[in-house]
Amino acid sequence: MRRPRVEQPMATKEIKPADHWVDPATGEYRVVAPGQSFRSITEKIVRIVLTPRTPMGWFALFTLAGGGATVLLTAVTWLFLKGVGIWAISQPVAWGFAIINFVWWIGIGHAGTLISAILLLFKQTWRNAISRFAEAMTIFAVVCAGMFPLIHVGRPWLGYWMLPLPFTMNVWPQFRSPLEWDVFAVSTYATISVVFWYIGMVPDLATFRDRSQNNFAQYFYGLISLGWRGSVRHWMRYETASLLLAGLATPLVLSVHTVISFDFAVAVLPGWHTTIFPPYFVAGAIYSGFAMVLTLAIPLRKFYHLESLVTERHIDNMGKVMLVTGFIVGYGYGMEAFMAWYSADHWEAFAFWNRMFGPMGWAYWVLIASNLVIPLTTLWSRKLRTNIAYMFFISIVVNTGMWFERFVIIVTSLYRDFLPSAWGTYRATKWDYMVFVGTLGLFTFLFLLFVRFLPMIPMNEIRMILPQAKIKPKAAVEAGD
Amino acid sequence: MPAREGTYGLLAEFETPGDLVRAARQARQDGWRRMDCYTPYPVEEAAEAIGFHRNKVPLLTLIGGLMGGTAMFLLQVWVSVLAYPLNIAGRPMYSWPAFIVPTYEWTILWAGLSAAFGMLALCGLPSLYHPLFNAPNFRDGATTDKFFLCLEALDPKFDRVEARAYLEKFQPSSVTEVEY
Repeated sequence: MRRPRVEQPMATKEIKPADHWVDPATGEYRVVAPGQSFRSITEKIVRIVLTPRTPMGWFALFTLAGGGATVLLTAVTWLFLKGVGIWAISQPVAWGFAIINFVWWIGIGHAGTLISAILLLFKQTWRNAISRFAEAMTIFAVVCAGMFPLIHVGRPWLGYWMLPLPFTMNVWPQFRSPLEWDVFAVSTYATISVVFWYIGMVPDLATFRDRSQNNFAQYFYGLISLGWRGSVRHWMRYETASLLLAGLATPLVLSVHTVISFDFAVAVLPGWHTTIFPPYFVAGAIYSGFAMVLTLAIPLRKFYHLESLVTERHIDNMGKVMLVTGFIVGYGYGMEAFMAWYSADHWEAFAFWNRMFGPMGWAYWVLIASNLVIPLTTLWSRKLRTNIAYMFFISIVVNTGMWFERFVIIVTSLYRDFLPSAWGTYRATKWDYMVFVGTLGLFTFLFLLFVRFLPMIPMNEIRMILPQAKIKPKAAVEAGD
Repeated sequence: MPAREGTYGLLAEFETPGDLVRAARQARQDGWRRMDCYTPYPVEEAAEAIGFHRNKVPLLTLIGGLMGGTAMFLLQVWVSVLAYPLNIAGRPMYSWPAFIVPTYEWTILWAGLSAAFGMLALCGLPSLYHPLFNAPNFRDGATTDKFFLCLEALDPKFDRVEARAYLEKFQPSSVTEVEY
């Protein structure tokens, strides 16, 4: 006997109807757990920062991350004393770990801007809870990224030569070079990200000012909240400015990795000289960035008990974004292989064959396995997308894969030069590894400071999406609705 | 602002955004002009209710963006054509397509900075002191979960006794007199 067909929104199919995490109105997982009030949300987030007791776990991690940052300091000090010769870069592989890490870190930053800007423009309110720390992640990733080109130039004290300043021996930069474009793209990206992040925090800092009990905190948050008092006139200008900043950050974020891909694509090297690079770099950036947001969000929500604000819905949605961007990246890999064959270019074909089966072919297969095979076969499943442990695992896998992608692009294109007599190899030295591990330490260090002292979840944006923020007509209020 | 004395205004506290919007709408209809609402998150309806429809942030952003882009383009042209011409493989000096990327970035940079700092300037921020912070219930609620309507003493209709009676009609949870 056939059961009568019940019309249901697709998303509800796998869910038990009694699940209180599911909003009966939409059939979707809730963005905020039910039963929250403006005050309960404020208290929850304020308590993380304005507490006299810092959790021991925070100190433990902080020490560990501080150790990592110290490794970076050591490695960079030695680098400045001895020069870039302590790294493995040489001819023909003149771009080693420094540029790999630069591209990797800046890519990670892109998800923060995507979440805070692009999803804001698309009115994806689920993003509200994760936008702030995704933006913080962007800024700290850009800090780590921006350092690499500077220390890679060998004489970082002359780094200002890249700027069009009139007081350096009448020498001006070459504006036709993608490397010079990078200076503008990355510096603009860093500035706009910081401004967007800070402006977004001002109302929440005002909440901190008003809720803090001790004088120092009141003074500190009072100063950095600029005297925000929540006037609706201010709010309207603030909303306009946020929207405009989001509208500006969107083309900006797309341009940054595009310009970085020009560093490669404009060169005539086989393996680099391809038009697929800009979109493929941007998609890869967002892919790795979302992986990093998951890497950060999953331990954070557990540690600070934020499961009611960063819900399974967030994890699920981020899994979906990764699925999409992962496929774009897969298309990029496919197109590289196709062009190697279709161009009928001997060098191009050799570079690609060498990439897959040459002495460093293993790196290519690591990236295929961790960027395509593992995530793109499993992220289809809603069960796995809402399985927190699995998503954490996937985030690490994708981050590793994306690092290997940059490794493969840079090293395997360079180490086989046009003439076999110029062939070389690349083996990173301990200083290369120390700088890389050091930036991971610095990133964690800055992030821990952020979660301890600043509002990591935008309270004002969460208040906006609560049901009580809806303004009901007078008749409904009188009817007791 | 020079130091003032006396009453800044009367501050009514509401529990829900709906109550605030209804009160503000009515006050506007009854001829009140010098007033403001204070909310813990943006309430667009409240801004509409007090007759605040447009703001100048977009204009500032446009001006900033145009100026940034123009400045960068002209700088590159001046450097590459006049100040320091580099002849590389006989390519044209005025190679404008190559100048687009920095121009684009600076358009965004200065538009963004104008949006952010222009917004703060239009709001008169930073201003660390404001009379409203003197109200005992303001700081506990305005940035957390309460909704305030302030009728300012500068309004010609303002009279301490009458304005208080007027606000009481909306059944706020409290009406407080705010001193400078």
